Amino acid sequence: MGIDLIFRIAAIGILVSVLNQVLSRSGREEYATMTTLAGLVVVLLMVIKEIVNLFDTIKAMFHF
Amino acid sequence: MDIIQIVGLGIAATIIIAVIKGQKPEIAIQLSIITGVVIFFLIAGKFAAIVDLLGSYFNKADIDIMYFTVLLKIVGIAYIAEFGAEICRDAGESSIASKIELAAKVIIMTLAVPIVTSLLELVISIMP
Repeated sequence: MGIDLIFRIAAIGILVSVLNQVLSRSGREEYATMTTLAGLVVVLLMVIKEIVNLFDTIKAMFHF
Repeated sequence: MDIIQIVGLGIAATIIIAVIKGQKPEIAIQLSIITGVVIFFLIAGKFAAIVDLLGSYFNKADIDIMYFTVLLKIVGIAYIAEFGAEICRDAGESSIASKIELAAKVIIMTLAVPIVTSLLELVISIMP
């Protein structure tokens, strides 16, 4: 369940940081921050979906 | 066999987090959260089996099921609170972590009240 999720998020993180470096080196600072925000939002959505899944499972398992 | 998978996953995630933490600490934190969630799901099946087993023991010993559900809720609250508090502590926010733990203690105390009252009533009824 979601082991590939870890590596997908890691790939997004590395991609965003590399893209950030490239963009900031080539002088486009605002695009760099834009990609950082985009990467953060994508990862955040995936993480929140998994956390909701976790809390539902815990609620079911512990008879909340 | 599962423990090897879990430990391998944890070490791999830790190394990846070390790589990412340099440039993007916020994504590193989310990666540690996801690793915690995935590891929980790996053991969720076994844990559910244990809970069902304990439930059947409680039924066999015809103890009031209310005690078991309260016990289970307390364990659940403790787990979630510890999950959140450790994530906050990893991110460096130890003050938020201690607030979460304080809230968890208060909630657990409120849950334990009926059990404590029933215990006291039992003790009083036993006394001559």
